[in-house]
Amino acid sequence: MRVRVRAFHPFPDPQRRTLLRAAACAVPALTASCSRGRDATVRLWAMGREGEVAGELLQEFERSSGIHVRVEQLPWSAAHEKLLTAFAGDTTPDLCQLGNTWLPELVALGALEMLGARVRASRVVDAHDYFSGIWETNTVEGDLYGVPWYIDTRLLFYRRDLLARAGFQAPPPNWGEWLQMLAAVKQSVGPDRYAILLPLNEFEPLLALALQQDEPLLRDGGRWGNFRSDGFRRALRFYLSMFERGFAPPATNNEIANVWNEFGRGYFSFYISGPWNIGEFKRRLPPELQDAWMTAPLPGPHGPGASIAGGSSLVVFRRSRNKDAAWRVVEYLGQPAAQRRLHALTGNLPPRRSTWNDPALAGDIHARAFFDQLERVRPAPQVPEWERIANEMRLVVERVVDGELAADRAPAELDARADRILEKRRWMLDRAQERMKTG
Amino acid sequence: MKRSHAGWIFVAPALAAIAVFFVVPVVGALAMSFTDFDIYALADLRNLRFVGFDNYVNLLQTPLFWQALLNTLYFVLVGVPLSIVASLGAALLLHSRLTRFKAFYRTALFAPVVTTLVAVAVVWRYLLHARYGLLNYALGAFGIAPIDWLGDPHWAMPAIILLSVWKNFGYNMIILLAALQAVPTELYEAARIDGANAWRQLRDVTLPALAPVLLMVSILTMAGHFQLFAEPYVMTQGGPAQRTITVLYLMYEEGFKWWSLGSASSVAFILFVLMFAVTLLQLRLARDTEAA
Repeated sequence: MRVRVRAFHPFPDPQRRTLLRAAACAVPALTASCSRGRDATVRLWAMGREGEVAGELLQEFERSSGIHVRVEQLPWSAAHEKLLTAFAGDTTPDLCQLGNTWLPELVALGALEMLGARVRASRVVDAHDYFSGIWETNTVEGDLYGVPWYIDTRLLFYRRDLLARAGFQAPPPNWGEWLQMLAAVKQSVGPDRYAILLPLNEFEPLLALALQQDEPLLRDGGRWGNFRSDGFRRALRFYLSMFERGFAPPATNNEIANVWNEFGRGYFSFYISGPWNIGEFKRRLPPELQDAWMTAPLPGPHGPGASIAGGSSLVVFRRSRNKDAAWRVVEYLGQPAAQRRLHALTGNLPPRRSTWNDPALAGDIHARAFFDQLERVRPAPQVPEWERIANEMRLVVERVVDGELAADRAPAELDARADRILEKRRWMLDRAQERMKTG
Repeated sequence: MKRSHAGWIFVAPALAAIAVFFVVPVVGALAMSFTDFDIYALADLRNLRFVGFDNYVNLLQTPLFWQALLNTLYFVLVGVPLSIVASLGAALLLHSRLTRFKAFYRTALFAPVVTTLVAVAVVWRYLLHARYGLLNYALGAFGIAPIDWLGDPHWAMPAIILLSVWKNFGYNMIILLAALQAVPTELYEAARIDGANAWRQLRDVTLPALAPVLLMVSILTMAGHFQLFAEPYVMTQGGPAQRTITVLYLMYEEGFKWWSLGSASSVAFILFVLMFAVTLLQLRLARDTEAA
């Protein structure tokens, strides 16, 4: 289901637009803008809340550039299917908002335009101003395919009051102290409540802990799973211990029903989640609890730890006939001013360090931990199969928590599943190597 | 022009439509089930490999497929009889001369069939909630401890069956009600004169008269139940611990979530063969009982 929203543009009468453009073309000095003008409608696909505000964000751009941007909204739940179907049916848009975990897949399809040269020539998009972990998620084998639009990572949301009642004034700096706090909180809240919520239908908390390790999750250029490494075993053991010791309820989000209410009721004191929940907690928690919650960077094994580099990027499609116009939209949305607007409208966190100087962001005490965390984010393995592997990781771990699989057998099981999923990739990589040798 | 030619010309548009929208896709899917069509093949057909029966063999070796098959059979074996008994019971009650406000009850009982499943699912998620749900509250009155309907691997499928029966029994109820109204009243009069009580009347008059309709209803219901997808999709997303993944759900995930269209096609054909076999069996049983 796709809702098409025609973005507002300053010339409501299309005929007058054409006339104006024809008049402009008559002046020889303006021919450059005419070649753009001929085809100057850019189709932009945007998802969820960003899709709703994209038209508003681009009003000013449309007025000053004469480029009309047609925003088409996609619900997140159907976006992935739509993109693949559009590719198969040759109806991809010019420009798209793309979750950066989907980027390797579309790169494998050859659907995306390389943006490296455009970025180097750009006076607006400055690669060094972007958080490096986020920037990396847009590069596949050395080539750049997307420009980060907003970022997403996971860190700790916690109840300050409940932590204080258990005897702690500050959030945990490392795993060891975190476990002590969890034990103390669990003891103080009693048997019917928990210290932390790690929903079993989300792979992100475990993935974040696993990304804190030195060993990569896949080995040999993404040919094989690497879940039997010491690093992953350590992360898994730590994650599972929170269930074994009763700190976390063995539940999915479906069973929690309303995470915000339960956080407010103190059903759990720690929650690993992302930036969208800053807005949700501000809106949904009662006023008397507004001082009681805070965010903190994710603790690592020996100090502040890494987390997932997520978020959405803007990508240009290879089959677009309006790449120059599409790139100008990317540049416009990449300006700190436009990113501030996006933050004001949606609460999305900007990927550029300079945007964070804005008082609205610098003064937001709940966002501060994210700024800190963003300097320590790492991308998940960049292979098209990753999402499926991550899903298997979640399923295997759920079986361990349910007691259907022994914990020490989980890494081997995960490697077996990952290797099976990566079979085609290995075949393709080997074939490509073969060709290089012979040809 | 020969008469038979004229006949072919008349059915040609329909046949063309069937060929384009049914035969071609089915043959295409069958061909695809012998390949490893995936996103790499979508990018470049040279990445497509003919794999023979590998998809089928792999599937039969995947624990998840057997889990899905088991879940589906569980749903069919428990859900179909339950659904038909509920439909028949409701139809008999509605047909009874003692029932008042028939039109109202008929509409009310049919209402779940025409309501949107997604809207219904929201309400049912609350009804089934482990801590705040009405169902557990009611069970609590009988001293039964709260059940985590959608979170406990053992209770998720019963919860889905409950929802599905409630959602769908009205449809068969209407069909059975129509069949009941077609049973000649003389038969009941004759039975009463012979001294048959209500139970004997049901067993020896009503059920035999309904037999052909019951057979049709059971085939349709079974075919529908084998294709369970929407209820787990909106209620549990296949969880907990994959206990509500059905064969069709597996096909959807393979095909549209992971874009392994080759493997998804092979799931579709296994399901087709399975349903075909069970339907044949049902028809055979029905013929044997009729002959006997």
